[in-house]
Amino acid sequence: MTIIFSLFLLSLLVVTALAMIRTTNLFVAAMLMSIFSLLMAANFFILDAADVALTEAAVGAGVTTVIFLSALRLTSQHERGPLASRRWIAKIVVVVTTMLLLYGTFDKPRLGDPNAPVHLYVAPYYLENTEALMGFPNVVTAVLSSFRGYDTLGEVFVVFIAAVGVMFILDARQGKGPEYEMPEAGLKHHLIPRAVGALLIPFMLLFGLYVQFHGEYGPGGGFQAGAIIATAFILYALLEGEKTALNAFSRNAQMVLIVCGSSLYGAVGVICMLKGGTFLDYSVLLDDPVAGRQAGIIIIELGVGMAVCGALLSIFHAFAARRPMVANR
Amino acid sequence: MDIEQHLPILQVIVPLLFAPLIVLLQPRGLAWMATVAVCGLSFAIAVNLAMLVHGGQVLEYNLGGWQPPFGIALRVDALSALLLLIVTGAATVAALGCRESFNQQIEAHRQPLFFAAWLLLLAGLVGMVATADAFNIFVFMEISSLAGYILIAGGPDRRALLAVFKYLIMGTIGATFYLIGVGMVYMMTGTLNLDDMSRLIPGIADKTPIVFAAAFITIGLCLKAAMFPLHVWLPNAYTHAPHGVTVFMAACGTKVAIYVLVRFSFMVFQKGDLHHGLEFSMFLMPLGLLSIVVASAVAMFEGRLKRMLAFSSVAQMGYIFLGVSLLTNAGLTASFTHMFNHALAKGALFLSVACLSMRFWDLRIDQLAGAAKTMPLTCAAFLVGGLSLIGVPGTAGFISKWLLIQALMAEGELGLLMVGIVLISSLMAVVYIWRTIEVLYFKQPLKDPAATVVLAEAPILMLSVTLVTAFANILFGLLPDLPISLAAMAADILAGADQ
Repeated sequence: MTIIFSLFLLSLLVVTALAMIRTTNLFVAAMLMSIFSLLMAANFFILDAADVALTEAAVGAGVTTVIFLSALRLTSQHERGPLASRRWIAKIVVVVTTMLLLYGTFDKPRLGDPNAPVHLYVAPYYLENTEALMGFPNVVTAVLSSFRGYDTLGEVFVVFIAAVGVMFILDARQGKGPEYEMPEAGLKHHLIPRAVGALLIPFMLLFGLYVQFHGEYGPGGGFQAGAIIATAFILYALLEGEKTALNAFSRNAQMVLIVCGSSLYGAVGVICMLKGGTFLDYSVLLDDPVAGRQAGIIIIELGVGMAVCGALLSIFHAFAARRPMVANR
Repeated sequence: MDIEQHLPILQVIVPLLFAPLIVLLQPRGLAWMATVAVCGLSFAIAVNLAMLVHGGQVLEYNLGGWQPPFGIALRVDALSALLLLIVTGAATVAALGCRESFNQQIEAHRQPLFFAAWLLLLAGLVGMVATADAFNIFVFMEISSLAGYILIAGGPDRRALLAVFKYLIMGTIGATFYLIGVGMVYMMTGTLNLDDMSRLIPGIADKTPIVFAAAFITIGLCLKAAMFPLHVWLPNAYTHAPHGVTVFMAACGTKVAIYVLVRFSFMVFQKGDLHHGLEFSMFLMPLGLLSIVVASAVAMFEGRLKRMLAFSSVAQMGYIFLGVSLLTNAGLTASFTHMFNHALAKGALFLSVACLSMRFWDLRIDQLAGAAKTMPLTCAAFLVGGLSLIGVPGTAGFISKWLLIQALMAEGELGLLMVGIVLISSLMAVVYIWRTIEVLYFKQPLKDPAATVVLAEAPILMLSVTLVTAFANILFGLLPDLPISLAAMAADILAGADQ
């Protein structure tokens, strides 16, 4: 049954991807991208990767779509295609690369084969030792935040640099000048979205906090929580208009949130070094190594959540608070 | 806390963790000062690491207290120490030497964000060099790429945005190819640690996923390294970037990708892999030769100064690829020495370009006529950098070209042919450098007052950093022991792994 369902989902993925390439309407492409992410999240879920599925659904299907749309508002909806001759070259390259990739995976182990190398080497160690070393059952959280915590630190800085980049290029830090008049009132005069939105926001915030602090036991963690909480604020901004949203949660506050979040993660690592361990070795934080690891993971996950939430919000506002250009061709 | 033990991680986290704090330094000039201080500190750490490694140590560091392959490990040997020196040195010199140029090109209120990106580019590059984990390389590649795009987009006119968009698309394809390759290796070995991979791969080297992983990783990294014909993003990106960013990136950006490629090719995919020799002799060597010839030829006819030097960078990457592709100890030593020396030469050249830009709006070569009359020291620095790029005896560039020619001579008849190509391309370098020198020194200044701002030397800080860099070209040309001995140690490590 699962196999039929996943075949169905995978073929839908291919169809969506092809449709995305075919369309020249960028609004349609953004919506298809959102559908693609949602299908991908379902696929991840079928493969038992609930943490990844949650991230893909929150970030891929949710926040990025909103950011795409707010960017589209500033430019044109229609794509100016490349020259027809170039399109052919691109198609040939894509087809050849796909063929090579397919051929390249001929010798790969069957999906779900218990004797595949990935299931025999590092993974069993994580599965057997997480409970004893960390004192909680979610192996994904253990790998992300402790075994490979250095990668996660890097990813937090990827999020940070993305926010820095958008603000630098759009010059959105100050939010002044003719590009930044914010006359729109959001959906204030539309009764139904406002009523439904006002009902949703508290539950979104609550769910975000649950995902944040329950990450050690169930799927979730800082990345997902940050994205969900950011979504709640974005919904508020859509309903009440940019001005009200920025008054409630200013650009500077968002920046401070990003800086504090990423610095919190780094600071935990440095404290571990000062207490005699290596960088990010949480076991030295408290007398009991297991409790120390738990404490370290909770704090760094908080840092991740803060940084992701702040970064997504500031990226969204950098686009959304800008006035669409008059010469909209 | 024993500092020496923590040096490898400090090398990465010093720039990384200071970057968010830079964003908060709003008052004018403060962000720049902090950036220079952090870059200088990183350089000091790199010097310390190089000294330890030079003494015969290989430094390893297990993050989070987990043994590899369960956790991530850092590893600094002779090759990484050499690259760390180049990267941190370039960041420091470029940040220190381009203060006025930054002030001219980046508005004051945008500078904190700009310098945060600067530090993250530094952190990303050193992170890629210091780590011993294939996926960790990808994470830091993302940091350095994004930071690089942002810095280039800071260029003064809108063409920078177009250039950076092209770079972004191609860079993303390169990084994705790398990630696909790493995913395939992980699928077949179950590990992400480089040493572990090199232990496990010999048994399964003929499986198609491994062969294709090697192909995808090589192509992805060649894209990042601007290997001909995948270099199309580089000239425009370097031309339209702020001058200080060009100094930084031209000196070290593409070299880190070559470093990762060499790491993978020699230490992961080598043992018992038939395709290794094939990959280099059939693929990299001809492309290396082509990029030397074609890029030098384009540079000869290019009218814009920065773009000409950018094409020259593509040609110089060709030398590095050529040396590596010989698969001999001598060839590797020549390549690694050339990485160091090319960073010196290009650093000096682009710094003098930054100096020129303080007084000339238009950096087309024919607009710079007679600049040597008003800016004698800047032009002298350009001359020294140019001589080093050509490979005139007494400059750093000569040392590595000499090593490369020796390595090629040892290859027999085909080697002689390649020596011929290297000599021809050196003559081409003479042509394009001379073309500029002629305009700078022997042409009458243009009468058009709009072309220049003030007829004076560059600001004193920029000028002195430029002169020191130019002087380093001569210094390392006369006393080349440090880069050569590090490069030779690195070559020994790689050749040792290759047996």
